[in-house]
Amino acid sequence: MEDMKEVVREYVIQEYVEDDTEIKYDTPLISGGIVDSFSMVSLKRFLENKYNISIPDDKATPEAFDSVNKIITLVNEFLK
Amino acid sequence: MSHIGSYEDRIKHFDWRIAEKELDYTPGSIINIGWYCSDRICQMGKAEKKALIWEGLGGVEKTYTYNDIRLASNTIGHFLRGLGIQPEDRVCLFMDKIPELYLGFLGILKIGAIAQPLFSAFGDESLFIRLENAETRAIITQKKHVPKVRKILDKMPFLEFVIVVDHDPAKPLGEREISFHLENTPAVDEFEVHPTMAESPSVLHYTSGTTGQPKGVKHVHYSLISQYLTSKWVLDLQEDDIYWCTADPGWVTGTSYGIIGAFSNGVTQCVLDAGFSAEAWYRFIQKHRISMWYSAPTAIRSLMKAGEEAVRKFDLSSLRHLASVGEPLNSEAVIWSERMFGKPFLDTYWQTETGSMVITNFPDMKIKPGSMGKPFPGIEATVVHPETYEPIRESGKVGLIAIKPGWPAMMRTYWRNDEAFRNKFKNGWYLPGDRSSIDAEGYFWFVGRDDDVINTGGHLVSPFEVESALLEHPAVAESAVVAKPDFVNMEVVKAFVSLKPGNQGSKELDLEIMNFVRKKLSPLAMPQEIEFVDSLPKTRSGKIMRRILKAKEWGEEIGDTSTLEDD
Repeated sequence: MEDMKEVVREYVIQEYVEDDTEIKYDTPLISGGIVDSFSMVSLKRFLENKYNISIPDDKATPEAFDSVNKIITLVNEFLK
Repeated sequence: MSHIGSYEDRIKHFDWRIAEKELDYTPGSIINIGWYCSDRICQMGKAEKKALIWEGLGGVEKTYTYNDIRLASNTIGHFLRGLGIQPEDRVCLFMDKIPELYLGFLGILKIGAIAQPLFSAFGDESLFIRLENAETRAIITQKKHVPKVRKILDKMPFLEFVIVVDHDPAKPLGEREISFHLENTPAVDEFEVHPTMAESPSVLHYTSGTTGQPKGVKHVHYSLISQYLTSKWVLDLQEDDIYWCTADPGWVTGTSYGIIGAFSNGVTQCVLDAGFSAEAWYRFIQKHRISMWYSAPTAIRSLMKAGEEAVRKFDLSSLRHLASVGEPLNSEAVIWSERMFGKPFLDTYWQTETGSMVITNFPDMKIKPGSMGKPFPGIEATVVHPETYEPIRESGKVGLIAIKPGWPAMMRTYWRNDEAFRNKFKNGWYLPGDRSSIDAEGYFWFVGRDDDVINTGGHLVSPFEVESALLEHPAVAESAVVAKPDFVNMEVVKAFVSLKPGNQGSKELDLEIMNFVRKKLSPLAMPQEIEFVDSLPKTRSGKIMRRILKAKEWGEEIGDTSTLEDD
């Protein structure tokens, strides 16, 4: 679980953070303006590729993607 | 009672001098938007009235009175003048929706320079294209966006100043960078506002077309006249209103109605500088007792998606009047808002080039859900035949929307591209590039774009720009970009890509290309779907036929394929 969190956190930093903003597991990503709603699609694609899952569009809400912790909860729902 | 009262009466007796008179403006005299939005309101006895209530991440709040925005815009103007910024120099605002964006906009206008707001999510390539075209002399930005500027600085010898509003003094400034903290700078009370005239340039907004690079739409200070009056009559801004325009000033709605319309009418407006979440938005309305809410169909459909339960958790009874802009508002969204908030969102139609609303629904007018409404008084609009450009008299028949030029906020030209500007006019009509019909009662009904430009979430994306960016990816041989239907955003970007030999389409490459475009251009321009194909449909002369790909996405007839090259 911790590994997954770290993988997602690092991906967010690498892809969406341009300055030295600190990203913690509970940092608000969508409501915090770090990942916008359009970019959420690429983050969803990353999770689907990485964990070989398919996240239905109606589950990919701004609320469900709003922190690394919430993303991990969502991913776990779809992991077999 | 709404400000507009009877639409029919207004049409009969309309004259733009109504707005001139209300603003105490006499043709031939000085008109400066920065002054009208701050000093004038103070002179009207409203210096201590709240002008801007800003809320950032974590509920951090700042409030500015009209006197505060007068002083702050003076201070920024004074600072820019001190750097040697001259009237008509381009000064870019490249910031999130922080107070300095709003105050800086007014400060730039007060010194007669041209404000060039750009969406802060733009990638370095999008930023460079727009700064290069405008030969921007200064950019005002935040430390979080400085890395993007640094990346392209060497290619921009014309850019003399990179002004950072939140620079951390513990870190070194880079080449051409200057730190400017508004709150640590002594406020300038006495300030000579530049005597701009009606035709003095004010704002340069960039917009995308089907071909070529984005074009700078040049507006002038006289645009205030129709921005002021449409805010008053359509948004129905009243003295006690708490107004929320959700648009980012990187786009025209955020300046015409998120700054100029609101402040020139002397109302209190709120700004939420945080990402989207339905509950955060409802909480914001409840907390600030928002009464007039101007938003976008994409946001409304996202709220619909979040469900009724989210609405019911909050007290939204302060809402008095709702309006929407950016793309056609579907009838379901109008009906939904009526059910949720007790009033419909009124659709307003206009674009970057028109500068202010041109066809719209009005308070107290019969609303036909799904319709764009009727022309604003003083605007002569119709639909014309796509080949003869003659007005279509038959109701319900689709044609090109056409507007008689001459309203105050109409663009004056495209920056250094008069030819493209002239091409927007046919047979004496300005053509915005949209198709519509008009019903027997004079209501306009939007049909779609007349070109390949993609309207995603209310923002126009040029397929040409995305295709050009795709070709810069080492694996991409050819690409074609079209709009794909989407419930929330109306349209999203879809790319068809053929790969260079030695490359194979895969999930990893798909994501890599998406991120490549996102960082280079913007999240809006990022293809939400990529389809790897062996080849793209082309004419015999080698031109990619986007039309065929788009028709497939929309489930439409492909039409004439006689010019299609043989396999």
